[in-house]
Amino acid sequence: MAMSDRFLPLSHHPERATSETAPTKAVLIAVAGLFLGAILFFPLVTVFIEALRKGWGTLFGTFADPDTLAAIRLTLLVAAIAVPFNAAVGLAASWAIAKFEFRGKNLLLTLIDLPFSISPVISGLVYVLLFGAQGWLGPWLDQHNIHIIFAVPGIVLATVLVTFPFVARELIPLMQSQGTSEEEAALMLGASGWYTFLKVTLPNVKWALLYGVLLCNARAMGEFGAVSVVSGHIRGLTNTMPLHIEILYNDYNFVGAFAVASLLAGLALVTLLAKTFLEWRFAGELAATSRRH
Amino acid sequence: MSVPVRVRNLEKTFGRYPALKGVSLDVEAGELVALLGPSGSGKTTLLRAIAGLEQPDAGQVLFGDIDANTLSLRERRIGFVFQQYALFRHMRVIDNIAFGLRARPRSSRPSEAAIKSKVLELLHLVQLDGLEARYPAQLSGGQRQRVALARALAIEPRVLLLDEPFGALDARVRKDLRKWLRELHQRTGHTTLFVTHDQDEAFELADRIAILDQGRIEQVGTAAEILERPATPFIDSFIEGIARREAQARDRTKPHVVASR
Ligand SMILES: Nc1ncnc2c1ncn2[C@@H]1O[C@H](COP(=O)(O)OP(=O)(O)OP(=O)(O)O)[C@@H](O)[C@H]1O
Ligand SMILES: [Mg+2]
Repeated sequence: MAMSDRFLPLSHHPERATSETAPTKAVLIAVAGLFLGAILFFPLVTVFIEALRKGWGTLFGTFADPDTLAAIRLTLLVAAIAVPFNAAVGLAASWAIAKFEFRGKNLLLTLIDLPFSISPVISGLVYVLLFGAQGWLGPWLDQHNIHIIFAVPGIVLATVLVTFPFVARELIPLMQSQGTSEEEAALMLGASGWYTFLKVTLPNVKWALLYGVLLCNARAMGEFGAVSVVSGHIRGLTNTMPLHIEILYNDYNFVGAFAVASLLAGLALVTLLAKTFLEWRFAGELAATSRRH
Repeated sequence: MSVPVRVRNLEKTFGRYPALKGVSLDVEAGELVALLGPSGSGKTTLLRAIAGLEQPDAGQVLFGDIDANTLSLRERRIGFVFQQYALFRHMRVIDNIAFGLRARPRSSRPSEAAIKSKVLELLHLVQLDGLEARYPAQLSGGQRQRVALARALAIEPRVLLLDEPFGALDARVRKDLRKWLRELHQRTGHTTLFVTHDQDEAFELADRIAILDQGRIEQVGTAAEILERPATPFIDSFIEGIARREAQARDRTKPHVVASR
């Protein structure tokens, strides 16, 4: 039956949305599958295999190394600062853009997209130009013994800049499509502005907000370019996980490099799994509050 | 509890487009007035200005003898029903209706038990008993509209403003709701201003009708007054359909009179 299926005239399949024949479909699916396997899945598996090449012992040995532990701690610290900050500011910016009319709104929208459109290296360089020893504010900072470049504050700043758009980009289109009528209804019912925000605006965008935060978090932990420029690569002090991976690799410590890489990849996979799980678990509620994608 | 609404020379311009050009209108306490006019004539703008959602450029709105400008949105105590319902989509019907009561400052907020019984009472009033646990997306258009009305009534408004309350519904449901709203108004006695562009709806439902065109009130009066003495050629043509139907209705009762002559 399956074999003869493809020889049936198309008119017997009115439920089909496209007119591709069965072989075409099979080829397309195979190509897509091969491509995803070769480009995404295979390399990812390699990371874990390489990490385990010399056995679990060596793998755990890597994580006992103080420099590696410091890199993990720093990455978690940076994400713990950058993600809540960008969630709060992104939420506020989206709220202002979607619910109010003001001058310079288009400029603000463009600015929010800027970190996506310029290279992360440039985002990092901007801070070097501002706060570096030769930068505009460098001498003043130096006098007051404040260290930003080649120190943790610079890494946090660079990460914040690069990951800023994730939350805002997720929220703005949704909030715009939802309009202001529910907020107006709440105000007419006597609610304060803050109560309206908490009980009407926020619940209507909570899933988009969560998506934005998850994506922001994945990028904050994985950011390489911008952080690399401002970090100075001081082992045990200013190395984040991605930077540490590079250093280990350049030291020919392949097992170490892949061990940290597999941890980083694992964190990203957990993020994706969380997203998929939430999508599946709350599918009905999502459909009710979000625009149709 | 209901107060009269007095609108004095209200003006509102969007950019350079004048939406209201000196509108004055009185709605007496407990009166049901229809605001009738073609699309774009400024009906919604007038309603929003009275509600305080739009700041007029000039003119005054009085509730009783209090200038609306001195009142916050909460203090105005206006029940506003939006054209597109504007129900809180993430809340069940019961929470939608309870919203205005829960949003009150703690000192004047009723207990949860009191809120619940009040909500159920309102649900009964709008004939939606048993639907309290539904979400707005699970209701028909007419049911949503009634939830919106119940939600507005929950704050014990002094004035009700309804923007095309039945605009999005089909003709049958409209007729039913029209009758129902009339009865509801007779029972509750709220000062009510409702927007419509449906002449039949206005003439059947309202104590008085205000006809708006291009940002100006062309005529205010009872249905009989307007039908007998249309103030301007615009009104003459605008109510033509109704006048014809009235005449036909009269004709149907006439043969008897003609025969006796
Ligand atoms: N926010 C706004 N910005 C610019 N122009 C507006 C705005 N709101 C209304 N207008 C204009 O003001 C005029 C009156 O609009 P309004 O919404 O009050 O009309 P309406 O009588 O309610 O019409 P409809 O029956 O179609 O709802 C229209 O020409 C409209 O284009
Ligand atoms: Mg309107």
